[in-house]
Amino acid sequence: MAAAAAEGPGPGDSPEGPEADAPERRRKAHGMLKLYYGLSEGEAAGHSAGPDPLDPTDLNGAHFDPEVYLDKLRRECPLAQLMDSETDMVRQIRALDSDMQTLVYENYNKFISATDTIRKMKNDFRKMEDEMDRLATNMAVITNFSARISATLQDRHERITKLAGVHALLRKLQFLFELPSRLTKCVELGAYGQAVRYQGRARAVLQQYQHLPSFRAIQDDCQVITARLAQQLRQRFREGCSGAPEQAECVELLLALGEPAEELCEEFLAHARGRLEEELSSLETELGPSPPAPDVLEFTDRGGNGFVGGLCQVAAAYQELFAAQGPTGAQKLAAFARELGGRYFVLVERRLAQEQGGSDNSLLVRALDRFHRRLRAPGALLAAAGLSESATEIVERVARERLSHHLQGLRAAFLSCLTDVRQALAAPRLAGKEGPSLAELLANVSSSILSHIKASLASVHLFTAKEVSFSNKPYFRGEFCSQGVREGLIVGFIRSMCQTAQSFCDSPGEKGGATPPALLLLLSRLCLDYETATISYILTLTDEQFLVQDQSPVTPVSTLCAEARETARRLLTHYVKVQGLVISQMLRKSVETRDWLSTLEPRNVRAVMKRVVEDTTAIDVQVGLLYEEGVRKAQSSDSSKRTFSVYSSSRQQGRYAPSYTPSAPMDTNLLSNIQKLFSERIDVFSPVEFNKVSVLTGIIKISLKTLLECVRLRTFGRFGLQQVQVDCHFLQLYLWRFVADEELVHLLLDEVVASAALRCPDPVPMEPSVVEVICERG
Amino acid sequence: MEDDAPVIYGLEFQARALTPQTAETDAIRFLVGTQSLKYDNQIHIIDFDDENNIINKNVLLHQAGEIWHISASPADKGVLATCYNKTSDSRVQACAAVWRMPKELESGSHESPDDPASTAQTLELLCHLDNGAHGNVACVVWEPMGDGKKVISLADSHILLWDLQASSSQAVLASSAALEGRGQLRFTAGRWSPHHNCTQVATASDTTLRGWDTRSMSQIYCIENAHGQLVRDLDFNPNKQYYLASCGDDCKVKFWDTRNVTEPVKTLEEHSHWVWSVRYNHSHDQLVLTGSSDSRVILSNMVSISSEPFGHLVDDDDVSDPEEHHTEKSKEPLQDNVIATYEEHEDSVYAVDWASADPWLFASLSYDGRLVINRVPRALKYHILL
Repeated sequence: MAAAAAEGPGPGDSPEGPEADAPERRRKAHGMLKLYYGLSEGEAAGHSAGPDPLDPTDLNGAHFDPEVYLDKLRRECPLAQLMDSETDMVRQIRALDSDMQTLVYENYNKFISATDTIRKMKNDFRKMEDEMDRLATNMAVITNFSARISATLQDRHERITKLAGVHALLRKLQFLFELPSRLTKCVELGAYGQAVRYQGRARAVLQQYQHLPSFRAIQDDCQVITARLAQQLRQRFREGCSGAPEQAECVELLLALGEPAEELCEEFLAHARGRLEEELSSLETELGPSPPAPDVLEFTDRGGNGFVGGLCQVAAAYQELFAAQGPTGAQKLAAFARELGGRYFVLVERRLAQEQGGSDNSLLVRALDRFHRRLRAPGALLAAAGLSESATEIVERVARERLSHHLQGLRAAFLSCLTDVRQALAAPRLAGKEGPSLAELLANVSSSILSHIKASLASVHLFTAKEVSFSNKPYFRGEFCSQGVREGLIVGFIRSMCQTAQSFCDSPGEKGGATPPALLLLLSRLCLDYETATISYILTLTDEQFLVQDQSPVTPVSTLCAEARETARRLLTHYVKVQGLVISQMLRKSVETRDWLSTLEPRNVRAVMKRVVEDTTAIDVQVGLLYEEGVRKAQSSDSSKRTFSVYSSSRQQGRYAPSYTPSAPMDTNLLSNIQKLFSERIDVFSPVEFNKVSVLTGIIKISLKTLLECVRLRTFGRFGLQQVQVDCHFLQLYLWRFVADEELVHLLLDEVVASAALRCPDPVPMEPSVVEVICERG
Repeated sequence: MEDDAPVIYGLEFQARALTPQTAETDAIRFLVGTQSLKYDNQIHIIDFDDENNIINKNVLLHQAGEIWHISASPADKGVLATCYNKTSDSRVQACAAVWRMPKELESGSHESPDDPASTAQTLELLCHLDNGAHGNVACVVWEPMGDGKKVISLADSHILLWDLQASSSQAVLASSAALEGRGQLRFTAGRWSPHHNCTQVATASDTTLRGWDTRSMSQIYCIENAHGQLVRDLDFNPNKQYYLASCGDDCKVKFWDTRNVTEPVKTLEEHSHWVWSVRYNHSHDQLVLTGSSDSRVILSNMVSISSEPFGHLVDDDDVSDPEEHHTEKSKEPLQDNVIATYEEHEDSVYAVDWASADPWLFASLSYDGRLVINRVPRALKYHILL
C-alpha cells in the first residue's frame, strides 16, 4: 500500500486524472493487491499492458533501478532537461510525501476502530467456541435418545406393517368372497364387461389357491357364475338379433372368459353365415319370379350394402378377434367368404341375366360399377377369397353378353328396317299420292342402321368410361375394345348384314315371288354405299371411341369392303335375274300360249310387248333412282331405224328367197353365220356393273334370249311371222335406249325374226313400211 | 400331250335331235335328225373314224316331218324312233314312230358321199307310236338293257309304255299313266333308269322331276321345284343307282339322290343360259357333259359324287403289281371341277351325247346344224385310267 501511495502521483497529475483514470487507478490498485497476495504476475501484467514491467527505467515499474534510471537520464538528456527532471522529481517527491501524510491523517480513525473491532472479535469467538461445545454435547444426547426410541418402536412398526399387509389381503379376500355375488349382480344387471373384468382379475388367484377348500368353493361358485355368464353371453350371441358389433363384443368377452377360440370362431362364422344368408335370401326373394323385381341398380345397391357390407363387417371383426388364430383362421374366413360370395354372385348373375333383355345400358353399367366397387373392399380384406377376381369375371361376362345382345339388337334392327321397306314397297299406292321413293327408303334404312350402330357404340362405350371402376381392367382396355366391340359387334354386324342380304339371292322362291326386286336393288345399293364410305366411317368411329390398344389382329377395312362389294354385286345380279325372269315369263307365255299358225294378219303390236316396254321403263326408273346412268356406246341418234331397215330389206331377201337347190340351205345360214363370226358372243347372264345401263342391258338380254328360244320351239304361219316382225320392230324402237350397246338389241331381235322365219313354212315378211306404220300407231 | 382338235360337221338344216347308235359297240356312230319346215327332213348317220379323224355320213330321208327327238334301239342297230312334227294347215301335231333304216346302212357301209341325190334313201316305217288321244309326243325312250321291245313315249301329260311286237312292226300300248294336277302339265323329257332291272323311269315336267315304276305305272318319287324354272333334261348315273342329274332354264345342273328329294346333292352353275342337255359318261360317271343355249358345251368332273370318288378302283388282278398299287394309293382325291368348256358352237346347243362305242368321245349339236365331235382331254383320260 505504501508502494501504491508512493508511485501513484505519476499519472495522477494530469488535470482530469481523478475522473478519467478512476477505473485505471482502481485496476492498478487491484494489481497491487494481487501482487501483494501473490496472485499470478502474468494476469496482473496482462492488464497493464503498457510499458514493460521489467523496464528498470520505469519509475512506476516493479523492477525500477534508480542507478540505471539516473544513468540513463544523465547520458541521454541535456542539462536543461536534467534540471527539469530533477525539479520535477523533487516536486513529485514532495507531492507524494504530502499525499502520504494526508492518507495517514484521513485513515487514522479507521485504523483505531479496526483494532477495536479485532479485539472484540477475539472475545466473541472465545464465547462462541464454548457454545459450540455445548451444542455438540446436546446433539450427542439427542442422538442417543433417538436411538433409544427407535429401538423401542421397532417392534411396533413391524406389527403395523404386517397388519397393513393383512388388511390388503383381507380386502382381496373380501373381493374374492364377494365375487360371486358381484358377478351375479353384474350378470343380472347385464354389465357383462364388468363381470368379465372381475372374473379376469380373480381368476389367477383362484387358480393359485384352489387347493384351499374355501377358495375352491369360491372358485367353484365363480366358475358356476362364469359359466352362467358365458352361457348368457352365448345366448345373447346366438340370439343374433343384436348387430354385428355387439356380437363381436360378446365374442370378445367370451374370448376373455377363456372360451376355446376355435369353437367360438366356428360359431361366429356360423352366426355371420346365418345373417348373411338372410341377406341373400332377401335378395333372392327380390329376384323371385312373381314380384316385379326392383331395378338392377337398386338390387346391386341392396346387395352391396346388405350382403357385402355385412361380409366386410364380419371379416373385419373376425380378423380383429381371431388374429391369434394364424393362417388357419384366415383360411377359414377365406373359405367362408368364398362360399357366401359365390352364392351372392350366383344371385347377382341371375339378376343380371334378367337385365340382358333390357335396353338401358347406363343403369346396368352403373349397377355393375357399384357391384364391382363394393366388392373391392372385401377383396382387399380377403385377398385369398378371390372375390374381386370373380366380380371382375362377372362384369366381363356381362359385358360380353351385352355385346352379343347389341349385335342381336342391330341384326333385329336391320331386319325390321327390311320389313319396313317391304311394307312400304308393298303398300298400295294411292292414286296421285306416291309412296316414299326408293332413294328415300334407302336413306331411311341407311340412317336408321347408322343411328342404331351409333347408339349401340355409345351404350357399349359406357363400359369403358373412366369413372367406372372396372374400366381399367386389362380386359376392358384390350380385348373388349378390339375383339369385343370392333370385331364382335361392328364387323360381326356388317358381316351378318351382308349375309342377310345375300340370303335373299339364294331364297328358295326362285320364281321371283319371295323378295320384291326393289328390295334387292335397295340392298345392293346399300351394300355398295357401305363399301364406298360407310364401313370405313363406322370403323374409324369405333377405333376413335375405343382406343384399341390390343395388338390382336383385326379385320382390315378392305376385306369388309370387298365383302360388301361382292354382296352388292350378287344382289344386283340377282335383281337382274329376277327382273329378267319376270319379263321373260311374260314373253314366254305370250309365245307359248298363242296359236301362231292360225293367227290373223297383224294390225297391232301385241299388248304384251307394250307391257314389256312399260315394265322395262319402270325398271329403268327404279334403277335410276339408286344407280348412276353408266356408259353407253356412242352411236348416232337414228341408228335404230337405219339398222332395222337394213336387216328388214337386204338381209331378208337373202334369207327368205324361196329358191331351193341342194346348196341353198347353206346360204340361208351363211349371212347369220358370217355376222356371228364378227360379233362377240353374248353372255346372257353375265355379271353386272354398278350402273343403270348395265343392269338394264342384263335384263333386256335375258328377256330377248328367252324370246328367241321360245320362238324356236314354235311353228309360225305367215301372219305369225309378221306378228313377230311387228313385235320385234316395236321392241327395237323402244328398247335400244336402255342398253349400253344397242347393237346387242339389234342382234338379238334379228335372231328372233330370223328364227321365226325359219320356223315358218311360208315365210312372207311384211313390208318394212307397214311394220313401221303399225308400230308407230301404237 | 396334245389333244386332238375337234371334228366339225355341218348339216344343211337346223337340228336338235342327236343320239348315239346305242346298239353299235364297235364303230362310233351318231344319228342326227334335222328340223326343216320347208324341205324334206333328213337323218344323218355320222360315222367317225377315230384313227383318221374322218367323218363319213349317210343321209336318210325322213319325210314325215321335222325331227324333235331321236333315239336308237339298244338292241337292233337298224331300229330307231323319232318324234316329229306333222304340219298340216294351221295345225301342228307331234307324233312318234319307230323306223328301220336300210340294211346296208346299219353298220355304216361307206358309200361315196358325192352323189347325195341318188343315195338319199328312205326309212322304213315300222310302226306309229301314237294314239291321237294322248296329244303331242315329246320324246321316246327305249328300255336301256332290254331286247328293244319296250319303249316309253311321253305325250303331253301322259306317259305311255309300248310293247313292240312282230319285230317292231306293231306297237301295243301296254300301260299308261297320266299326270294329274292343275293347269296344263306337259312332259318335257324322260329317261329310263338302267338300274333296278329297268323298272324305273324319270320324267321332267315344268319344274318337277318324277320317278315312275313301269310295272305299276305309278309314281315313286317326286322332286318338286327341282329347278327354279323349266327342267329341260335329265340323266341317270349309270353306276350309282339312286343318282340322277337334271338341268334346266335356271342355268343350273343339279345332281340328285332320289332317296332324298328335298335337297340336291350338288349344283353346278357354269352355264350362262338355259341348259338343254345333260349326259353322264356311260363308263366313268364322274364325267358329265352339258350343252346350253349360251352355245357352250361343258365337260365337268364330278368326282366327289361319282362311283369312283377316289379314282379308279384297283382290281384284284392288279394287286400282284405292288408298284402300281402304290401309285394308286398316292393319288390325290380329285376335286370336282370343270374339265373343259367347248366353244366351237355359235348357236344354242340343244343336244349332247357320248358315243356308245368309245367312252372318251362325245358329240354336240347346235341349232345351226353344226355337229362337233370332241374327246375327253388325254391327260384326264390317263388320270382316270391309270
